[in-house]
Amino acid sequence: MRISFPRMGYSYIAFKYLVENIGHDCVVPPEPSKKTLDLGVRYSPEFACIPFKILMGTYLEVAEMGADTIITSGGVGPCRAGYYWIMHQQILKELGIEMNIIGFEPPLHDLRDFWKKLKLVWKSGGVSYKEFVRVLQVAWEKLKAIDDLEQLSFHVRPYEVVRGETTRTLWKALEMLDQACTVADIAAARDEGARLLNLVTRDETRDPLRVGIIGEIYVVLEPSANHYLQIMLGEMGVSVDRSIYLTGYCGRNTIVTPEDDVFAMARPYLNEAPIGGHGVNSVGETVLYAKHGFDGVVQLAPFACIPEIVAKSIIPRISRELDIPVLTLFIDEQTGKAGVQTRIEAFIDLLEKRRERKRKGRGRLVV
Amino acid sequence: MATIGIPRTLAYFIYFPFWREFFASLGHNVVVSSPTSKAILDKGVKEAVNDACIPIKLYHGHVADLIGKVDYVFTPRLVSLRKFGEFGTETLCPKFLGLPDMLRASIDDLPPLIDTRVDLRQGRQELFRVCRDIGEMLGAARSDIRRAVAQAKRRQERFQRLLYQGVLPEQAIEAVFGGTLPSVNQGTPEFSVAVVGYPYVVYDPFVNVGLFGLLERENARVYTQEMLPARKMAAEARKLPKNMFWYFSNRALHGALYFMAQKYIDGIIHVTAFACGPDSMVDRMMELQAKQQGGIPFMSIMVDEHTGEAGIRTRVEAFLDMLRYRRQKHEN
Ligand code: SF4
Ligand code: SF4
Repeated sequence: MRISFPRMGYSYIAFKYLVENIGHDCVVPPEPSKKTLDLGVRYSPEFACIPFKILMGTYLEVAEMGADTIITSGGVGPCRAGYYWIMHQQILKELGIEMNIIGFEPPLHDLRDFWKKLKLVWKSGGVSYKEFVRVLQVAWEKLKAIDDLEQLSFHVRPYEVVRGETTRTLWKALEMLDQACTVADIAAARDEGARLLNLVTRDETRDPLRVGIIGEIYVVLEPSANHYLQIMLGEMGVSVDRSIYLTGYCGRNTIVTPEDDVFAMARPYLNEAPIGGHGVNSVGETVLYAKHGFDGVVQLAPFACIPEIVAKSIIPRISRELDIPVLTLFIDEQTGKAGVQTRIEAFIDLLEKRRERKRKGRGRLVV
Repeated sequence: MATIGIPRTLAYFIYFPFWREFFASLGHNVVVSSPTSKAILDKGVKEAVNDACIPIKLYHGHVADLIGKVDYVFTPRLVSLRKFGEFGTETLCPKFLGLPDMLRASIDDLPPLIDTRVDLRQGRQELFRVCRDIGEMLGAARSDIRRAVAQAKRRQERFQRLLYQGVLPEQAIEAVFGGTLPSVNQGTPEFSVAVVGYPYVVYDPFVNVGLFGLLERENARVYTQEMLPARKMAAEARKLPKNMFWYFSNRALHGALYFMAQKYIDGIIHVTAFACGPDSMVDRMMELQAKQQGGIPFMSIMVDEHTGEAGIRTRVEAFLDMLRYRRQKHEN
């Protein structure tokens, strides 16, 4: 099979490895561009959420590049994402495009279906079961290493002296990871990458604001969908803590803890979980960031995203009660980089003034 | 004795008889918010988060309308109404799941909300548990609650039967509480049109800007998914590769599929709300299925804050003209 998959951040490095090493051809999905979005918007329902539209565009692009199969995740609700693959399949069929979309439903809900699909992918690739499992493990390690490095970059970037050096170094590190083929190689590449990132020339006298990023997983994880917001913030001298990582794998210094705790944090404000997507997480994480003394929070969400609208209507209350500013950015196909930049700059400005004021206030108290 | 307010929207159109009867037989007074109007919409727009769909804004408006008139507002957290779907995980749209919290965060001076969680997937005893919680909160004895539930169920069943006979919800509500049914137009209608969508969009004359009246004047007989018993809908569910995750969406979709297969139906109208999340999928799925099932005429009408009667009229007239034209072509 010639397999492709949705693109989300740098995870394609791990998925590419996976597909190629279980005996299939891989069509690496290109980074979503204007063309991707245009295609996606053209063939998607008007009020589909932006992740749906970008994926629609991506699937049309990889079809053109020769992919015949797409592997993606399914879902059991309560939000739309679990139904994406069915709709995408129907729309592609309507357009006369031969494409087999394999949507993996969560094994806990339908083990038989999961197994059937997994077997299809494995058997048609022709590698032994042992090798298949080994490759899966290596891919998982890669995913974790990617998350680790990206996370580190968020803490380094606000201090960089030469603008863009962190991002360039991160790319170099990711390339090394791309080459690694065993668990040991991956560990070595990760360590080397981390070492390089730590070598980036820093100005330690800076005192970065700390901002938490919350919201819907796709627009949080895919940089092109959020106009490289996390890099933008870093280069403005802000230390970013992102609440979501694909592996859900928590490094030593993440603020956000396992989901149960987040739900517990949300409960006084939103007494129901889950409500789909990252709706409850967004509420709980706002509370967490406030409690950890963050300077502010940015909520990233697709326009008309159902759970994030619920969260958005509740967040002002948290913002008031726990005294933490929150900026919500709803993203659709009309959102431009300049618009995001302007709003972010204004927000950061506000956070700085607020911090100033608070420090002065505290100073007076001491005197 | 307390006065309990029920917003005249969302689940009102399908469960009002049950709850009115339940509260009344416990000795409480039930007040319904005023019919949807520009004033209610404006209130809702003011209170609700501005990215919400109109039904959610209207809900805020209806709740606000009850402030000062009631001791409690009945805003149950509707999580699920049945065990359904490939994984048995069907719920209501996520906005329903967070609704009581949205109200609390957005509206000041709310009276106490009765926001009991309703999750009927859990089993057959669940409805009774919900009623027991509410009844006890209002200070009723267990035996009274039991009697109230039984009475409420009977009332709801009568209502349901009327719906299956083709009566529209508002009229059926009147009828089960002692009113009379309006006389049915005995003449042969020119067309039979199925109108599908969410009850709170389809049956609220303000939201759909008088669609039903318009169709009636044009001599079209209207069918809706509420007129179909569960059994018929369930059969349609099997035609889909995978069911959707939301109760009202599945009902609208299954209803549409059923009507597509009926010879007596000339066309299908889907009424959908601007910026509705689930409907982006429901609507496209209906459109695709209509094409695949032999091209039955299908039209979707999207309503928003600014939809005017004139706009709807033009579209409905054009749709009916198209049906007429098709029929002529067929006959020749
Ligand atoms: S969580 Fe938001 S973006 Fe994701 S499927 Fe639901 S509405 Fe779409
Ligand atoms: S189903 Fe659509 S119209 Fe209804 S509450 Fe959800 S988003 Fe709004």
